[in-house]
Amino acid sequence: MSTAMPETIPYDEALNLFEPVFGLEVHVEMGTNSKMFCPCPTAFGGEPNTQVCPVCLGLPGSMPVVNRTAVESTIRIGLALNCTIAEWCRFARKNYFYPDMPKDYQISQYDEPLCSNGYLDVTVATAEGPKVVRVEIERVHMEEDTGKLTHTGGATGRIHGADYSLVDYNRAGIPLIEIVTKPVAGAGHLVADVAKAYVAELRDLMRALEVSDVRMEEGSLRCDVNLSLNKPGSPMGTRSETKNVNSLRSVERAVRSEVERQSALLTAGGRVVQETRHFHEDIGRSTSGRSKEQAEDYRYFPEPDLVPIAPSPAWIDELRATLPELPSAKRSRLEAKWGITPFELATVVNAGALDLVEETIAAGVESAAARKWWTGELLRTANDQGIELADLPVTPAQIARVEALVADGSLNDKLARQVFEGIIAGEGDVDEVIASRGLAVVSDDTSLLAAIDEALLAQPDVADKIRSGKVQAAGAIVGAVMKSTRGQADAAKVRALLLDRLGVTEA
Amino acid sequence: MAVMGADLTRQTAVVLAEAIRTGEATAVGVTQAHLDRIDSVDERVHAFLHVDTEAALDAARNVDAKRSAGEALGPLAGVPLALKDILTMRGVPTTCGSRMLENWRPPYDSSVVERLRAADIVILGKTNMDEFAMGSSTEHSAYGPTRNPWDLERIPGGSGGGSAAALAAFEAPLAIGTDTGGSIRQPAAVTGTVGVKPTYGGVPRYGLVALASSLDQAGPCARTVMDTALLHSVIAGYDPRDSTSINAPVPDVVAAAGKADVRGMRIGIVTELNGEGYQAGVAQRFRESLAILEHLGAEIVEVGCPSFEYALGAYYLILPSEASSNLARFDGMRYGLRVGDDGTHSVEQVMSLTREAGFGAEVKRRIMLGTYALSSGYYDAYYGSAQKVRTLIMRDFASAFESVDVLVSPTAPTTAFKIGEKVDDPLAMYLNDIATIPVNLAGNAAMSLPVGLAPEDGLPVGFQIMAPPMADDRLYLVGAALESALHDKWGHLLIEEVPAL
Ligand SMILES: [Zn+2]
Repeated sequence: MSTAMPETIPYDEALNLFEPVFGLEVHVEMGTNSKMFCPCPTAFGGEPNTQVCPVCLGLPGSMPVVNRTAVESTIRIGLALNCTIAEWCRFARKNYFYPDMPKDYQISQYDEPLCSNGYLDVTVATAEGPKVVRVEIERVHMEEDTGKLTHTGGATGRIHGADYSLVDYNRAGIPLIEIVTKPVAGAGHLVADVAKAYVAELRDLMRALEVSDVRMEEGSLRCDVNLSLNKPGSPMGTRSETKNVNSLRSVERAVRSEVERQSALLTAGGRVVQETRHFHEDIGRSTSGRSKEQAEDYRYFPEPDLVPIAPSPAWIDELRATLPELPSAKRSRLEAKWGITPFELATVVNAGALDLVEETIAAGVESAAARKWWTGELLRTANDQGIELADLPVTPAQIARVEALVADGSLNDKLARQVFEGIIAGEGDVDEVIASRGLAVVSDDTSLLAAIDEALLAQPDVADKIRSGKVQAAGAIVGAVMKSTRGQADAAKVRALLLDRLGVTEA
Repeated sequence: MAVMGADLTRQTAVVLAEAIRTGEATAVGVTQAHLDRIDSVDERVHAFLHVDTEAALDAARNVDAKRSAGEALGPLAGVPLALKDILTMRGVPTTCGSRMLENWRPPYDSSVVERLRAADIVILGKTNMDEFAMGSSTEHSAYGPTRNPWDLERIPGGSGGGSAAALAAFEAPLAIGTDTGGSIRQPAAVTGTVGVKPTYGGVPRYGLVALASSLDQAGPCARTVMDTALLHSVIAGYDPRDSTSINAPVPDVVAAAGKADVRGMRIGIVTELNGEGYQAGVAQRFRESLAILEHLGAEIVEVGCPSFEYALGAYYLILPSEASSNLARFDGMRYGLRVGDDGTHSVEQVMSLTREAGFGAEVKRRIMLGTYALSSGYYDAYYGSAQKVRTLIMRDFASAFESVDVLVSPTAPTTAFKIGEKVDDPLAMYLNDIATIPVNLAGNAAMSLPVGLAPEDGLPVGFQIMAPPMADDRLYLVGAALESALHDKWGHLLIEEVPAL
């Protein structure tokens, strides 16, 4: 390969040349109270190795017991993803040596997953409007998480070359759901958008099912992205598997960067190596990991310490009855109910504000106002603070209170924003912030008239213009009054008082 | 019962418990007598790897205090027991006969130990075994072989040779073994003692260090059928911490042992476990036992189990496969031996060096066999085929039990062989378990009890009884009847003939 060849070809150009096929393996930590096979708690952030017992430490003689809630969650996810639920299935051991694995095997599922053959429809925006793409699901299964290694010393931050490594088994045995898609072909230029939309949809689904709170920053949703390119009409190309893709933005970037890298390689006459690549959030690119061409043999076999799972039809029906309204259905319903376009709803969804807006409307606020607050001012604040909208200390009830005060003229828009600023700063509830900051609209005629007279005196030429019938000049005086009352006046009222004072009527 | 003045170590558990309940003896006295016996003979027998004198005496004192306080005592309260060193006991070394776990003290009790403690049984210590229960002679222990009290030059069977030898040497009246392919029954056979492998799932495995999870089963060992039954009823029963444990009432083994009646029972001789390959004296005592059972009112028939022919082959694929995975955790990272952690070796190197140094040859052999059998490309031919054989063996048993109540065979092909005789010939060693393995593959219950000495070498011969799953009580009906008839014939238990040490 000539050194003059580019290392990448721009995304859109690459997709004019090649057809992409992608697949995603998504691991989600389940939000059960206890671990997959023992009663240890699953809470995040405990002191290292304090949430452990003989079972999750894999001590000799210990035995796993399946967490029933985890099985139920998996079946519910399978049902929500339109999967077939196995009548009978088993756990299997995946054997490999690694210090984060207490038993040197992971209890997982192999050729007998609990759920298989489903699909999830995702919507992506295109120039021609929203487009629905069906992502087929190969399987959904349960497994246990590993411990967490921290490598100290050395340049790479990886186990090779580290001075020493520490291992925290608090995470070992936390229930994981693995959701594997079938290869998705035909997405063309939308491939990165579809991949991202799929993960976003899965995240919303997990939250709606209340099986996981999906905190990506805590690593509770992790993706492996498989991608290959082929010339139109040719068979599927060799795929790479990019691991460690742990945010929505990274899913998109991982797909884009693989499209750009593989297309350059193929265009230059090279070949894609079947390998595992590691994604680096900081640079938005992946680097080559171990080659899969000497694939590890995991020596799977049925886990003899556990009995098969055979969910009865009655149990499955019971679980089906617990399924909430799924995110896609909810979106269609809300578009109709709120009378908004899919694009407007997408703004709400992308802001992570769907539930908040719905609750705010339920609290008596107009749809437009509820959306305006959550996707505008409050979203900006959340983004500035680097937190999720739902984590802002502002409640739908508080928005309803503020809107009521705006409606009766006690607050104006600018003051309302200051109220939220105060709430977020921890100054208390709506009325406490108004009281402590003195945010009431000035409606007392006497003090407003005094402010108007002062403004007229300061700008006699403007006063004359208004008197001579140039009513549009009133804005300057109203502005001056608003300024002198630090925004705490009702501008419409100031204008009316001003015109009345000068004996002018609106044209 | 006049145990005062008699040697407390020669008594059955039933007699000792009764003496403690009535105040004729104290639990401390009984325990001390056994500790003294261990002191005087175990240097030669080497049944124990660890004797917990203080803990045993504490437990005994607790029993005596309960009695003084007028509390009701259980049927085995105060009776000493020898525990195979493969069951965890909080704070007490649990080595599994391996260097790998030389200094490991588990932080938790196994289900079996919890139940023994709850029954006020006094645990004297941990007994020797083939490393990780792989062997039929206890020669594969990293801590040296145990010797057979009938002849110190001979093996006590394995893997639970320590537990069986402790019984035969009168170091304990009760013992716990584990049986994956015969590790309770074959040692019982060659030491003239009684051992039962309960139905798979009958005794919880929680805290039993796994060799082959789908085959392992802990069980009771003693010198009489009734003592064995009493111990069986203490350790059996459902435990939710073992998902494979059976959630159903335990068969009433004590009542069955008390009834000791075979009238009207149909007893099947397994064609494939009879005939060629058995030592003459073993075959002779087996035939005599059948005649006794017939005389007692049982009907003896012959039953074919054609798939048993493939049992040994299937067993030596399934066991190593599961063992290769179960023993992976011994990697030097978290507990036990660690070799090579001197700052110059990588994690992988430390793991390799540890396993190289910590495991003996037989363990390595089976890990390699199992790793190979599970490898991609070989799985279907090896592990997969072995599972099919297993299904066929279950069917053979099921169809046999449609026409008979129990099946019988000699427990082992020979009496105790000499130490060193087969240690370098794994295949000859594996053949010891030819008659015991089918039961483990099928998951049903079996007993070995002594039925005499082989005329040619004067060594004990074991008789195996096999019952359907969860029909463990039938073992005791038949075993107790046969034991009682033999007792009448000899005027004493066979174990009374063991030479003085
Ligand atoms: Zn745990």
